[in-house]
Amino acid sequence: MIAEALALSAALFVIGAVGVLTRRNAIIIFMCVELMLNAVNLSFIAFSKLYGFSGQAIVFFVMTVAAAEAAVGLAIIIGIFRHAQTVNLQNINLLKG
Amino acid sequence: MSHFFYSFHFYLFGILALASAVVFVTRKSPVAAVLWLVQTMFCLAALYVMLEAHFIGIIQVLVYAGAIMVVFLFVVMLLNLGHPNEISDARGKRARIVAGALGLVLLALVGSTLRIRVATAPEQMERLMRARLEEVGAVGAIAEPLFREYLLAFEVTSLVLLVAMIGAVVLGKRRIS
Repeated sequence: MIAEALALSAALFVIGAVGVLTRRNAIIIFMCVELMLNAVNLSFIAFSKLYGFSGQAIVFFVMTVAAAEAAVGLAIIIGIFRHAQTVNLQNINLLKG
Repeated sequence: MSHFFYSFHFYLFGILALASAVVFVTRKSPVAAVLWLVQTMFCLAALYVMLEAHFIGIIQVLVYAGAIMVVFLFVVMLLNLGHPNEISDARGKRARIVAGALGLVLLALVGSTLRIRVATAPEQMERLMRARLEEVGAVGAIAEPLFREYLLAFEVTSLVLLVAMIGAVVLGKRRIS
């Protein structure tokens, strides 16, 4: 079942990456990043069946960092929305030359 | 029989996770997208439990599906993005084709590495993990590497959470006087 879990993890990661590339809504892009983190977690868990419980400890850390990232990222998105009245990345182009 | 039962559910939850992830990426409405992502995370939690990671499965449901996604839902509500927009937020056709091609390339790359023979779990390791789970339980098994090997990382994690908390409060404030 390890090979299947790794294949599923790769597929989920690619879906997340394509989502980041094709969408413009900042919140949805953010959720795609969460999906990619989840895909990586799945491969950690699959490998923990080969190498023992350390992999699961790493997943624990990934989840904590994801929670912190969600808190800060969503606060930034709210700040951007207050400033620009939109979360569509097409309209947020101050750094575009 | 029990092996068939196991593989059946493994594939079931795997396909469900994959399908709901695809639906999640293609939804226009952010609320629907959040709920489909929650569905993906529930399926992944089931897979974690089947891969002997019981504690992580529970944490996945509690923290990911329960807390993080609710924060996302809350922000969607706060910004009033619930109404599906007539104008889709998807990028133009060219960007979509490029993204699809890039995705295929990435999938092919990862797939080519998967063709390297992935070892099935050695019997010895599997028996060792089962024995450990019976001996100290699901929480104790993960606590041991967490508080011995990765103790420093664990302590740094608390600092990360503190910084994130302060950062969220400062960013969320209307004006810093």
